[in-house]
Amino acid sequence: MWSFVSPVPLYWRRRGFLLRMEKGECEECSFTFVPYKSICPRCGSTKVKARKLPRRGRIVSFTLVESPPRGFEYYTPYILAVIELEDGTRVFGQVSDAENLKIGDEVEATLRIVRVFGESGQIFYGFKFVPLSSSHYPVERMPSGTSNYQDDKS
Amino acid sequence: MKAMIKGVGLTKIDQHWSKSIGELAAEACFKALKDAGNPKIDAIVVGNMMSGLLNGQENLGAHVAESIGMSGIPAVKVEAACGSGGAAVMWGAIGVISGVFRNVLVVGVEKMTDATNTEDQSSALATASDAETELSMGATFAALNAIIMRRYMYEHGLSEEDFSYLPILMHKNAIDVEHAQLRYKISLKDYLESPYVCEPLRLLDASPTGDGAAAVVIGEEGEVEIAGFGSSTDLVETFSRDLTELRAVRSAVREAMKMASIELNDLDIIQIHDAFSVIGYLCVEAIGVAERGKAHKFFESGDAERNGALPINPEGGLKARGHPVGATGVYQVAEIALQLMERAGSSQVEGARTGLSVNIGGTGSNVTAIVLRR
Repeated sequence: MWSFVSPVPLYWRRRGFLLRMEKGECEECSFTFVPYKSICPRCGSTKVKARKLPRRGRIVSFTLVESPPRGFEYYTPYILAVIELEDGTRVFGQVSDAENLKIGDEVEATLRIVRVFGESGQIFYGFKFVPLSSSHYPVERMPSGTSNYQDDKS
Repeated sequence: MKAMIKGVGLTKIDQHWSKSIGELAAEACFKALKDAGNPKIDAIVVGNMMSGLLNGQENLGAHVAESIGMSGIPAVKVEAACGSGGAAVMWGAIGVISGVFRNVLVVGVEKMTDATNTEDQSSALATASDAETELSMGATFAALNAIIMRRYMYEHGLSEEDFSYLPILMHKNAIDVEHAQLRYKISLKDYLESPYVCEPLRLLDASPTGDGAAAVVIGEEGEVEIAGFGSSTDLVETFSRDLTELRAVRSAVREAMKMASIELNDLDIIQIHDAFSVIGYLCVEAIGVAERGKAHKFFESGDAERNGALPINPEGGLKARGHPVGATGVYQVAEIALQLMERAGSSQVEGARTGLSVNIGGTGSNVTAIVLRR
């Protein structure tokens, strides 16, 4: 049923946001927003500049997804969070390699695989966040979820 | 011209495996038409969110007209995510108030069980969020509401127990309501032992999925007046907004009360949109019934009970009456109309003359508020 919702053009169209983390900044009302679009969603102005987002920010809120929508089964369970970046822009994304995440924790964006469509389907890259504090990496074992592939069982 | 409610029809919210979306809508339509004395209908407005995704049927206006033998008259679907039903009532009322139509049939319908697995249901519901920034990251609707709930708990220092008052009251209210989906009591222990859907959001915070249809006939004469309405939108992306304030509810309610020339303390009943406990709380705070962060105190006090100072959802609300998404807003209006006509049976609120219904789409991005008055 969901095959007609092909996200290929969507991910391609928003590659500036997903791969380079570009935001839109309105010259009229100074609202900053993601992804970059040519029209400001707050005031409707077309004087919008594309700018680079800072990569660091803090957790505003988060949850753990155990029943994912189609196409995200591979990474389940995963953490979804609202993050306020250093410039005040809010973004939404997954947080990887996090143990005992808390509101206010500092995170940094990294490039990761976001969505995989089966063995022969497309692989989509984009940003995910990782915590900056070392308390998220217990020394006695590797952080969970650092390996995307489990076929190396030797 | 005034818009009056001439008749209402409700189906029981359930898993209606044997009925198609058109047959389900027809059941509510025929009840409402009979209740209104079978007037000649000039137009049909259908409130629905997911007929294309879950039933493979768009062009729903024509489909519903055909399902009740009324092909020929104008009929369209109005979509505003979970707020579709309320929006349909508003646009139906506008048709009568403007003088273009004499009688409009408004029907809200959602047939969710044609998708037989939760993945398809939750993927369809998730389309109420922003496709490019939220869906593309793996968001579900429950996840977005869980994020709102965690922030709300953090900002106001609330415990999980604080969210139990709303679902417990809703289940208690629904027990004797014939068209309700979940007619059983729950306890605090049940609430705290129910599993997480998305931490900290529990199963008993969430409204159920089900099939349902509700209809109202709006015309120039009738017992109950659609005295005011207001509709407001907000950014679709949850993350771009203040997570713990429903701005669109605030402005839609203000517009509706202004049009009806009433104040908050004129209201005898409120129907809130408790799709999840936290949204119910944010809803009463945005209406102005409780201060920010204090909604749990309002529900704890007993004021929200059927015989309380300001009854909320006397039929059990989305949590227990049920939430057939695009039909919900029409259920809310129909229930208030029955209350004001003193036809609500065992859920009757004595002497109710004015009611407010708030129907929310998305996590607060498309809201319709409607004031009814006898």
